Amino acid sequence: MKKYMLDMKVTESKDLHTNYRLLKITSDKTLPEALPGQFVQVLVDHSPTTFLRRPISINYIDKKSNELWLLIQKVGDGTRAMATYKSGDYMNLLLPLGNGFTVPNRNEESLLLIGGGAGTAPLLFLGACLKEKGFKPAFLVGARSEKDLMQLDDFQQFGTVYATTEDGSYGEKGYVTNHSVWAGVQFNRIYTCGPKPMMQAVARYASANKIACEVSLENTMACGMGACLCCVEKTIDGHVCVCTEGPVFNIDKLTWQI
Amino acid sequence: MADLNVNIGSIQLKNPVMTASGTFGYGTEYTDFMDINSLGGIFVKGTTIEPREGNPYPRMAETMAGMLNAVGLQNKGADYFADKIYPAIKDYKTHIIVNVSGSSIESYIECAEKIAGLEQIPAIELNISCPNVKKGGMAFGVTCAGAAEVVRAVRKVYPKILIVKLSPNVTDIAEIAKAVEGNGADAVSLINTLLGMAIDAETRKPVLSTITGGLSGPCIKPVALRMVWQTYKAVKIPVIGLGGISNWKDAVEFMLAGATAIQVGTYNFIDPAVSIKIIEGLNEYCDRFGFKSVSELTGALEI
Ligand SMILES: Cc1cc2nc3c(=O)[nH]c(=O)nc-3n(C[C@H](O)[C@H](O)[C@H](O)COP(=O)(O)OP(=O)(O)OC[C@H]3O[C@@H](n4cnc5c(N)ncnc54)[C@H](O)[C@@H]3O)c2cc1C
Ligand SMILES: Cc1cc2nc3c(=O)[nH]c(=O)nc-3n(C[C@H](O)[C@H](O)[C@H](O)COP(=O)(O)O)c2cc1C
Ligand code: FES
Repeated sequence: MKKYMLDMKVTESKDLHTNYRLLKITSDKTLPEALPGQFVQVLVDHSPTTFLRRPISINYIDKKSNELWLLIQKVGDGTRAMATYKSGDYMNLLLPLGNGFTVPNRNEESLLLIGGGAGTAPLLFLGACLKEKGFKPAFLVGARSEKDLMQLDDFQQFGTVYATTEDGSYGEKGYVTNHSVWAGVQFNRIYTCGPKPMMQAVARYASANKIACEVSLENTMACGMGACLCCVEKTIDGHVCVCTEGPVFNIDKLTWQI
Repeated sequence: MADLNVNIGSIQLKNPVMTASGTFGYGTEYTDFMDINSLGGIFVKGTTIEPREGNPYPRMAETMAGMLNAVGLQNKGADYFADKIYPAIKDYKTHIIVNVSGSSIESYIECAEKIAGLEQIPAIELNISCPNVKKGGMAFGVTCAGAAEVVRAVRKVYPKILIVKLSPNVTDIAEIAKAVEGNGADAVSLINTLLGMAIDAETRKPVLSTITGGLSGPCIKPVALRMVWQTYKAVKIPVIGLGGISNWKDAVEFMLAGATAIQVGTYNFIDPAVSIKIIEGLNEYCDRFGFKSVSELTGALEI
């Protein structure tokens, strides 16, 4: 897929709870085609400590309004600086990067998309694409508490949403792997993105129950396009770049102890 | 329009702007962002005779105006390069130069011999300065005797242009450059990364799996510039300058300090089209100050 470097304009910037920010950005030109699971590399202005670009998942692409959505979790200087961008500001992006999730071709597959915290970001775009292809995806989102759950209304447009919180402030109390949905539905395929312990628990469950499972990794990156070899994950094929061969991996490829 | 051609030994570059090993892949990674044929040259990834998996993740730590890496020469080996990669890149209309590394004199020789057989590779850059491998690498580059020994050995088997990449992790880089020149190097390139370290205060652990790593990016520029200047005064062979170059001004400064050509490294990660902007900027600079040829800038520092 051809990659682009674009200066894009922020059209909307809003807080989602205190620790997250949603940026909607647009370009003069039609946005390049992108696959769910792909990401962008953002050049961060106004943060002297942020030298490298920051990898951020494509949260959603609204073709009608030519807008790309980015969901930012404020964890450090770079993401905090991005969260201050206001409507009218410009940001420079490289996109689209990485491989993307596998969209199955059998229509009858029952699919579960599991996200934790900001890891839910790529699942919105994935859910939208799956629905467009005729699937009925279900979403299972997990978080510490209600204030870390976002975009539930958006998810609901594309499928049923289940939720867990560790403190029980929303949905079922506990972890995603304990949710009651598992007892009722036999899933054929799971997609997951979020904190590593959560993804590992999901991978363990999927592996034990012989369910196909893809995870999206967030290894730290420098170039984001396969040039520096900084972002590698150890797989059964040796060290591979998460930015080009990932960020999405089938769990069968990984060497995680699950 | 100034004449941008420069010469490194018998190789003529269409302009002095090249990309640094390990930061530009094999060039193919960047074709969506620029016409890589307009570069003076491309130094491809560090290549060793045997395939190498490199160091464990994490291999990267960011710092103010720079980064540390501990990639550790991950590559698929010289045979794979010759059979699979070379055919795909050999016809680019720019010079492809292979960065050759080893863990012993014999492995440097073997790798250089293998690359010498590839017709459209006019030069190798001998990496005697990698701080991220346990054996070989920088060990050869930090003493005059070690540098002389490996260069002498490779010179015997490598008939084309031999560029030697120097380590900044030494007391006197000019002495190493002289030793390398004395043993048959056609040019030197400098600097490789500076040995550094990153610690995570929250976890009280080192950030890199190797604890220490190589520092690169704009933060190392003044050190690199100083070393290019010292080396330029000490040797007669061409000096290729690099270390933190991020715009045409930096490139001009390296040339004024004595560089015949320059390489852009880490900044490719920030702006994948930066080297094209540097070529344009150099041209404008020459026109503005009436330099007919960019080569007039080399060593033109006024003291
Ligand atoms: C493919 C990909 C997609 C991503 N998508 C999103 C997204 O949609 N939304 C979002 O908010 N974030 C996303 N991230 C993570 C985001 O890139 C990092 O949070 C960001 O780079 C942190 O930058 P900072 O300057 O704010 O923090 P820093 O100052 O760089 O770091 C703050 C703290 O976070 C830790 N940290 C930083 N980056 C990572 C990482 N990648 N993995 C583990 N720990 C890390 C650091 O060690 C440090 O402790 C994604 C990462 C990748 C690789
Ligand atoms: C990720 C990374 C990988 C590198 N790999 C190599 C390598 O394989 N061989 C080599 O000689 N230098 C390697 N270098 C060093 C660069 O070529 C260059 O000497 C150094 O980064 C300084 O230049 P810069 O500040 O412009 O990046 C690497 C640098 C980085 C950042
Ligand atoms: S971040 Fe450079 S290769 Fe993946």
